[in-house]
Amino acid sequence: MDARGGLKLEGLVKHFGDVEAVAGVDLELPPGKLISFLGPSGCGKTTMLRMIAGLEKPTEGRVYLDGADITDRPPHLRDIGMVFQTLALFPHLSVAGNIAYGIRIRGVGDRESRVRVDELLGLVSLEGMGDRRISQLSGGQRQRVATARALALAPKLFLLDEPLSALDANLREQLQVELRLLQQQLGITTIMVTHDQREAMTMSDLVVVMDAGRVEQVGPPLEVYRRPATAFVARFIGSTNLLRGRALPDGRVGVEGGALRVEGGTAAHEGDEVLISVRPEDTHLSRGETDESNGILGTVVFVRDLGELFECYVDCGLDENVVVAGSPRDRVPVEQGDRVTVRFPPQACVVVRG
Amino acid sequence: MSERRDPTPATYGVLAIPIAVLAVFFLIPFGMIVATSFYRRIQGGFYEPAFEVASWQRLLSDVFLERAAFSIGICLLAGAACIAIAFPFTYFLTRMRRRPHVALLILVLSALSLSEVIVAFTWSVLLGRAAGISNILVWLGAMNEPVAYQPSFIAVLLGLSYIAFPYCVLTLYPSLTRLDREVTEAAQTLGASPWRTFWTVVVPISRPVIMAGFLLVFVFTLGSYLIAALLGRPEHWTLSVFISDQASFNANVPFASAMAIFLTALSLVVVGVVALIESRTRRVA
Repeated sequence: MDARGGLKLEGLVKHFGDVEAVAGVDLELPPGKLISFLGPSGCGKTTMLRMIAGLEKPTEGRVYLDGADITDRPPHLRDIGMVFQTLALFPHLSVAGNIAYGIRIRGVGDRESRVRVDELLGLVSLEGMGDRRISQLSGGQRQRVATARALALAPKLFLLDEPLSALDANLREQLQVELRLLQQQLGITTIMVTHDQREAMTMSDLVVVMDAGRVEQVGPPLEVYRRPATAFVARFIGSTNLLRGRALPDGRVGVEGGALRVEGGTAAHEGDEVLISVRPEDTHLSRGETDESNGILGTVVFVRDLGELFECYVDCGLDENVVVAGSPRDRVPVEQGDRVTVRFPPQACVVVRG
Repeated sequence: MSERRDPTPATYGVLAIPIAVLAVFFLIPFGMIVATSFYRRIQGGFYEPAFEVASWQRLLSDVFLERAAFSIGICLLAGAACIAIAFPFTYFLTRMRRRPHVALLILVLSALSLSEVIVAFTWSVLLGRAAGISNILVWLGAMNEPVAYQPSFIAVLLGLSYIAFPYCVLTLYPSLTRLDREVTEAAQTLGASPWRTFWTVVVPISRPVIMAGFLLVFVFTLGSYLIAALLGRPEHWTLSVFISDQASFNANVPFASAMAIFLTALSLVVVGVVALIESRTRRVA
């Protein structure tokens, strides 16, 4: 099972008329993992998935599956299973008929096919529902049927195109966990397209962040969150404070109202513009003016306590207000109009590309 | 917002107009036809009010029952031929890029502007000996001398299918346009070739609209008489031709009326039976 489903994309480009949906993507994706293509709508992530499935022909570039060039292979010969955004269940077939569709095409006998369908129904917790019509199912059940149908032939690649977008928030979270556990149980190489960073963080081994047809960053979810490579990634995954400054002779970064030390240095030349990302929960607050290092003085503009999270917006004279977040239990008692010092720990400061 | 309100008198007023039109131009004439079918025919001319079943008895003779069976048969065949061509045509039309898609659709719809008279005469010329398509085959060396393809059964079937084709496309078009592209793509990711996808997904999903298009062509061609009259021999005539023949040439209006009612009833029965079969099989599936 191990070596199945290793995928390599080489210089993939896709144009739709004048629009460049995918602008040159090189990726090597390990087998057996769940990989998310994450990005805003129109970033090219779905087009990438469709090129992997063979539903879209690349303008340029090649697709390799387990070393074989499958670029020109039609979708029905690719050994993939896909869950579509609309789920695309066959309305004229029963639940069992949908799941058995691919099995029947392979010419598997009735008996054997029925055994396999029962097995798959069990896999997605729909035991005994094979005779139901699609129109009799709830949204969550339909999602499970689509999953079972895609997995019926034990494909090399399991492709998910925003598979949970039609469901309400609670059910979505529940199915995220279920799908992830299922993927781990089967060890099947899975590629999921999503615009929901929580979904990507919950389910993925590896996140591919995309914007405007290009890959911005590839990495494990936490790494992408903690060490974003670009300002886009920092903003798209979670929220962040972006501080614009210039490299100083002593290696620190001069921003409006102070100078910040960045752990590991900036690798920038003196006078260069440097962009620093600091997550709100890594940012700390003290009342009044202190002479702590890596601190900037500001005025509290707005405070909110959401019960699970406390947030404070501070005007430090930068382009945008700095957001400081933390647990309400550790809340520093500040109010609107208070003078405070915001501290950015050096290890939390990440230099990002603009 | 979308709460259902009780209809106001104005609503009924709006409804009254079509109801009145239907009553005046359909129900009353139809009633007159029913009455006329029982009238007594006066030899060599007109008819007079009476209550006779002579026309109906004549209708039940073998000759006319055989004609009725033939009419239903050829119109069902025309329906099948139209679906066989129009369904794949419309499916690929809706899958085309916008520009050729619209151009082809306009071309098909423009055929609607041709009257039955023009269509019948055109086919009569095209299938004739003097200036027909066989002359092209002779010119190409495929044949020795031109032949006439009409009058014949095939010519009638061709004419009927031709004239009903655009209506068939129009019936199929909305449903096939709305067919979710991802459904056919799903079939392909599950290992179905495009051909197999067409037969195992597109056709079964479209079964209701295929039935609708089929029945439309059937009823529509059942009412056509010029095509059969011009492109066929008397043995290829449909009931419609006999009706006009009886009414205009034999001046037997009571018999023509009986046949007209019979034809209407017959088409209703066929439509009913097909609809019943359709709903049965759907429940089983």
